[in-house]
Amino acid sequence: MNGTALEAAVWGVLGSVEDPELPIGIIDLGLVREVRVVDGRVSVRLVPTWTGCPALDVIRTRVREALLALPDVREATVEYTYEEPWTLDRMSARGREQLAVYGLAVPRRRFSEPPVCPYCGSHDVAVDSLFGPTLCRATYLCRSCRNPFERFKPPADPEPSTPPSR
Amino acid sequence: MSGTARAAADPRVDAAFREWLLRAADDELIIGHRHSEWTGFGPDIESDVALSSIAQEEIGHARAFYAQLAAGGGDADRLAFARAPAEYRHATLMERENDGWEWSIVRLVLYERYEAERLRLLSASGQEPAAGLARTLLREERYHALFADAWLTRLARGREEGHRKVQAALEAAWPEALGLFEETDADATLVAARIVDAPAAQRRRWDAAVRQVLEPCGLVIPSASPKEGGRRGRHTPEFDRLHDQMTEVWRSDPEARW
Repeated sequence: MNGTALEAAVWGVLGSVEDPELPIGIIDLGLVREVRVVDGRVSVRLVPTWTGCPALDVIRTRVREALLALPDVREATVEYTYEEPWTLDRMSARGREQLAVYGLAVPRRRFSEPPVCPYCGSHDVAVDSLFGPTLCRATYLCRSCRNPFERFKPPADPEPSTPPSR
Repeated sequence: MSGTARAAADPRVDAAFREWLLRAADDELIIGHRHSEWTGFGPDIESDVALSSIAQEEIGHARAFYAQLAAGGGDADRLAFARAPAEYRHATLMERENDGWEWSIVRLVLYERYEAERLRLLSASGQEPAAGLARTLLREERYHALFADAWLTRLARGREEGHRKVQAALEAAWPEALGLFEETDADATLVAARIVDAPAAQRRRWDAAVRQVLEPCGLVIPSASPKEGGRRGRHTPEFDRLHDQMTEVWRSDPEARW
């Protein structure tokens, strides 16, 4: 297999690795930042959605094992990088669709947008808790259709810094 | 790559910056541990899950800081668990036992404002990769402050009893909250190298930020002197007990692979 073919195979493998807490692949979730393939040595850099996410180690192990299962891969390193923060812009349209089918509301750009009930489309919803079953989900109640629902919670946009008061 | 690449040009600055990062890591680990003690004991299920999640995030942040400190030949687990109590650099506020829900909420409010201030400084420090990590963590910490403020307001603006308890917790926490800004030689080195601001300026911004939350609740800002020591490794017996418990599993088999 030449370098280009191996790189394509590597991306194929990455596409098959799912997040253990959500029904979404790690490419669609936007975790993959960089892939390098040199002489059968593969290095992958991932951007975590949440730094304290307990799934990070599971994902790293899954990626590494999947890469090493490729016949032409001699070495595989997988590391997390914080050069740029993960934002919702990194999630693919297909990923959003998969989460919607699963019943999870997903904001378009940021968490501060008005939430929408994923069952009936109503905006008449109340936040139940900012901290849901995983670090990346908050819980709500729809006042319209009376269903509880969960919404994907991305890390917040930074607060505008206030000048020091003297 | 060294975790503190740019500062490495001057070994004194590098050592000071590492000290500063170690404080951040230790603050996060120890307050995370204290928050986790609320798991199963929160006043309602949402708050129980929230403080457990905040604990998980703080310990995750500590882990990321330890990993940067250990880059290039250290071991993050050993940094977290193999040091003697006097080698930890967290402020003593972090190690205090949870003394009622209102105490934990007051500590959370005071600490989250401090942390936001520290992460903003680190983001602007030019010290990669720590600055990148700080930019990421700032986004995550916002939710902790929202949770803390909502609970503080609920307790302090409700009945007289709640208000009184919150004021008492504030009086108890305040001197050690000021201890977050304890200055050592490391601060002077970093200020001279223009990597961070003087602790006095940091404290002024923190003071303004916490007043914005506390004063609308009718709480009186205590006038007490700082209680220091943590940044120099002088901790309380409450930390000895926490350390003993926190490191127990690690000590049972230091060579174990997890």
